[in-house]
Amino acid sequence: MSAKSAWDCLQIIRNKNRPTVENYIPLIFDEFYELHGDRHFGDDHAIKGGIASFEGKPVTVLAQVKGRNLNENKNTNFAMPHPEGYRKAMRLALQAEKFKRPIICFIDTPGAFCGIDAEKRGQGEAIAQSLFLFSKLKTPVISVILGEGGSGGALALAVCDRLAMLENAVYSVISPRGAASILWKDAAKEKDAAEVLKITAPDCKSFGIIENIISEPIGGAHNSPTDTAENIKAYISNSIRDVTKLNTEELLKARYHKFRKIGVYGE
Amino acid sequence: MALENLFGLVKERWKPTSSETTKEENTEAVKGTAAEITDAPLAAAEAAATSGGTAVPFKCPRCMQTTPADAFSQNLWVCPSCNFHSRISALDRLRIFVDKGTFSEFDKTMTSLNPIEFPGYDEKTAALRAKTGISDAILTGTASIHNIPFVIGVMDSNFLMASMGSVVGEKITRAFEYAEENGLPMVLFSASGGARMQEGIISLMQMAKTSAAAARYSEAGGLFISILTDPTTGGVEASFASLGDIIIAEPKVLIGFAGRRVIEGTIKQHLPEDFQSAEFQLEHGFVDMIVERKAMRKTLRHILRLHGFGGVKNVG
Repeated sequence: MSAKSAWDCLQIIRNKNRPTVENYIPLIFDEFYELHGDRHFGDDHAIKGGIASFEGKPVTVLAQVKGRNLNENKNTNFAMPHPEGYRKAMRLALQAEKFKRPIICFIDTPGAFCGIDAEKRGQGEAIAQSLFLFSKLKTPVISVILGEGGSGGALALAVCDRLAMLENAVYSVISPRGAASILWKDAAKEKDAAEVLKITAPDCKSFGIIENIISEPIGGAHNSPTDTAENIKAYISNSIRDVTKLNTEELLKARYHKFRKIGVYGE
Repeated sequence: MALENLFGLVKERWKPTSSETTKEENTEAVKGTAAEITDAPLAAAEAAATSGGTAVPFKCPRCMQTTPADAFSQNLWVCPSCNFHSRISALDRLRIFVDKGTFSEFDKTMTSLNPIEFPGYDEKTAALRAKTGISDAILTGTASIHNIPFVIGVMDSNFLMASMGSVVGEKITRAFEYAEENGLPMVLFSASGGARMQEGIISLMQMAKTSAAAARYSEAGGLFISILTDPTTGGVEASFASLGDIIIAEPKVLIGFAGRRVIEGTIKQHLPEDFQSAEFQLEHGFVDMIVERKAMRKTLRHILRLHGFGGVKNVG
């Protein structure tokens, strides 16, 4: 893998033909059944949940859904979840724990939605509860960042045992655009901000934030969704094999320490 | 990146500044100020003016009324006209909230490094350490109210709007771990603009780290009282601050996930004044109660007692 700049990666993941989780689900899983709703408020289309068979074994799938055209994006709110999306994910995560099946999360969001209704229904609380729940969930959680890993809205599905990024994906505390407007009062300087923030997969690997980088075909995943899906499948397969070697206590201990050790400070 | 070198640099800057000594003096002031055991907030008048400048009158950002500096600090930095609870330094918060001389600080010298080599970050944090006399945006330690001991964390918005980077995340995590090991309740005064952008993705991970620590502490049966002060927003509101067994807010303070301007930019309309206020959050079910600053000691004492801490014996 050659080292690309953050800006190069952003161009690739913004390609209008970049595959979304809707492309990958049929290529990776069999018998996917979507399960709807948070049982309290509604069904958020920005996060899709369901049960499926992976290599013959049952899993729960949770995925942020980017649209491939304007209509799909209207339906999925450009993959920006509302609180009920995170609450649906939590409901299905608890269900996975009950039935002892691993959870596979696909992350692809600019961030949690910023709006009046999202605030009224507790966007911050929903994300906080997700972090809280996933940190102690007694079943393996394997996550993949497909394109955009935008801030807390992405992290809510990334408290996991194994985290990988597709080669051109980015993972960031703030969007480069947002950072540029804070830093230089100029959103147009997002290219500079993207480099400063160190958001690429190799950056995240070097900081110990992710375990794996999943290769994409030359030029990006859109050049062969099938090959990309094969690579994702291999990663999920290996990860499940690794984490199911641990008993629940070991699994939770390892998950706690995976996050516990992240931080750079002087004493 | 040579972290050691960076660390050396920060250390160099850190030592010759007056911050360490200022800190000592301030901690002494904490020990030396407050009065006897009482439910009243302690000795605001004696507190060093770290929260509002010395003689600058306070202009309330909510009602726009101006209050003379003395009257304002006497009133615990609460606007006498509209009851807006203004931001105060962590040291002043401790002065008026915990029993005299009981605050014993953890991780006093922990300082930020610059993990993503963010331009100007080292200089900024060094200058803030010197200016505020604290090592980063939170003080943690043990303290007591009416001799009831607990672990306390107090965030300070004077330090980079109390954004959460590695130091804040690590100190909070250690505080939860200490509270768990010692069977102590945890009281955390939040105030934050959110995650600390200057530490990039590492700051985002502090949300997961602190929430995981809160989860462990909760599983062990710990009592976590989360107190939201002005402002509690972004990645702090979306992590430990929203995970209290009991969530208390000061009146009228700002509590929310997304910034007001971000939302206004998205929806292209002006938001109502009370949007994301403590009262808005109470109305929508995300806060248990709103408690005035002057009643905070009493309220906390009662809540701690209702959870079996302190009993009836007062050894004071």
